[in-house]
Amino acid sequence: MYTASDLRKGLKIQIDGEPYIITDFEFSKPGKGQALYRTKMRNMITGTQFTNTYRSNDKFEKPDLEERKMQFLYAQDGEYHFMDTSTYEQIFLTEEQLGDNLNYLIDNMEVEVLFFGERPIDVSLPTFVNLVVTVADPWVKGDTSGTDTKPVTVETGFQLQVPPFVEQGDKIQIDTRTGTYITRVKE
Amino acid sequence: MLDIHGLNQRARFLQAVRTFFCERGYLEVDTPVRLPVLIPEANIFPFGSEDGFLQTSPEMCMKILMANGCSKLFQICHCFRKEEIGRFHLPEFCMLEWYHGGWDYQNLMEECEAFIRFVAGRMAVEQVLFGSGDQLFVRGRQVTLHEPWDRVTVAEAFDQYADVDVMQALQEDTFDRVLVEKIEPQLGIDRPVFLYDYPVQLASLARAKQDAPSVAERFELYIAGIEIANGFSELCDPAMMRNRFIEELGKMHPDKQQRDVPETFLAWLCRYPESAGIALGLDRLLMLMVGADSIQSVVPLNWEDLQE
Repeated sequence: MYTASDLRKGLKIQIDGEPYIITDFEFSKPGKGQALYRTKMRNMITGTQFTNTYRSNDKFEKPDLEERKMQFLYAQDGEYHFMDTSTYEQIFLTEEQLGDNLNYLIDNMEVEVLFFGERPIDVSLPTFVNLVVTVADPWVKGDTSGTDTKPVTVETGFQLQVPPFVEQGDKIQIDTRTGTYITRVKE
Repeated sequence: MLDIHGLNQRARFLQAVRTFFCERGYLEVDTPVRLPVLIPEANIFPFGSEDGFLQTSPEMCMKILMANGCSKLFQICHCFRKEEIGRFHLPEFCMLEWYHGGWDYQNLMEECEAFIRFVAGRMAVEQVLFGSGDQLFVRGRQVTLHEPWDRVTVAEAFDQYADVDVMQALQEDTFDRVLVEKIEPQLGIDRPVFLYDYPVQLASLARAKQDAPSVAERFELYIAGIEIANGFSELCDPAMMRNRFIEELGKMHPDKQQRDVPETFLAWLCRYPESAGIALGLDRLLMLMVGADSIQSVVPLNWEDLQE
C-alpha cells in the first residue's frame, strides 16, 4: 500500500482496479490546515487523464505491474504478436496500444511488454534501434546548394530527416523517444 | 545549490529584512531551536530531538519574551516540519516572525505591506532584482506592489470563488480542500491580497472579534496564489487558550505528536500584553522576488545536495 505522502510524479498506483501513472503532483497545505496532495494521473489502460486531491491518510494499492522481455513475431489483422522468450508464451497488442512504437518495430525485435495482472497493456522499445533505409534520394557529392538534411524512409515505413550522406540500404540508429536520427551504423 | 549570484541575492534580501525592522525600532532575537514542549497544532508534525523537538515556529519563545516586558521583537530563524515537501514547502525553511505590542491585525496588515514594498525596493536599488521594485513577475504575469492591496474576508472569498459557503465547508470538513482548489489560485494575481477574518474554529491563537465572535482576527497574505504570511491579533486569555489547546490536542496524532499542554507558556500568558504577531515564509518571498519557481532554488543548499 502507498499513502498520500508517497505520491510523486511517475509513481504508479491502482484506483478502482485500474492502474494509473502520476503525471503531475503538487503538495499543498493552507496555513494551519491539512496537508493536501493535488494529483494528476493518466489511466495506463485507457489513457484518460484524471485529477484529484488526496489527504495524508488516503491509501492506494500498488498495481500488479510486471515487465517481461518478449520478442516481436509478426503482425496480422492489426494484432501484433509477441513471444516470451523464456516460456514461449504468446500474446498480442493492438495497433492502438502500440501507437508510435510501430514506427520502430521490426521482426524479432526484443522489447519489454508491461503486464497489468495477466493483461498486456504497453510496450517499451529499446531507446536506440537500428533500421535499414529503404528509400533515399542519392547524394550528389559537392552539392552545396541544398539544406543539410534530407528525408528518408526506413523499413518500417517511418520517415525522418537525416544527413545527406545517408544512402538507400544503409543501416541507421534512431532514438525511439524522439524519432530522430543518431548515426549511421557500419556492419 | 546556490551560486555566488544566488547567495548574493539571498544575503541582500536578508539584509533588507533586518534593515526594515531595525529602522522601525524592533529588537532582533534568537530563541532556542530545540524545545521541550510545543504549542499544540494538529496539522503540523515536528521532528523529535532526543528529549524534545525542533521548533516548528518561534511563536512560543517570542511570546514568552513579549510577556517578559518586550514590545517590538523580530526573529529570522529556521523552522522544521516533517512531511512537508513540495515546490513551496521544505521540511527545514526560513521563517520571519514579528510581534508588536498594542497593535491589532489591521495594523499588522499595513506594516506587512510596507515591509514587502521596502524589501523589493531595496533589492531593486541594489540591482539584485529585475525591475524597479514596485512589481513582481510570477510565471510571466505582473503583480503590482502599489497600494492599496486587496482585502477580502474568508466568507467573501467563499461566496466569490467557491460553490459552497464557508459554514457548509466547515461542517463537511472540506474547508481546506475548497480553499486550495478553488480560492487560493484566485488570490493575489494582479496585486497581493489579505484574506482575513477566519472562522473562529480556525482561529489558531488569534482572538475572536469582539463584535462578531464567530470570526477570529486572523489573516493570511497571498501573492500570485501563494500563501506568504499568517498573522493575528493575539489571544491573551490563558483560560480560553487552555481550552483551545485541549481541543487541538484531541485531534493530534498519538505517534507523531506530543500530547502535553504547554503549561509554562500558559503561565506566561497571564502577563502577555495586547499585541499582534505575524509569521512570514522568507524562502517563498525571496522566490517571488527573484522570479524562481520553487523554494528549493533559493536556499543555499538542499538536503539532496548533501546526500551521498
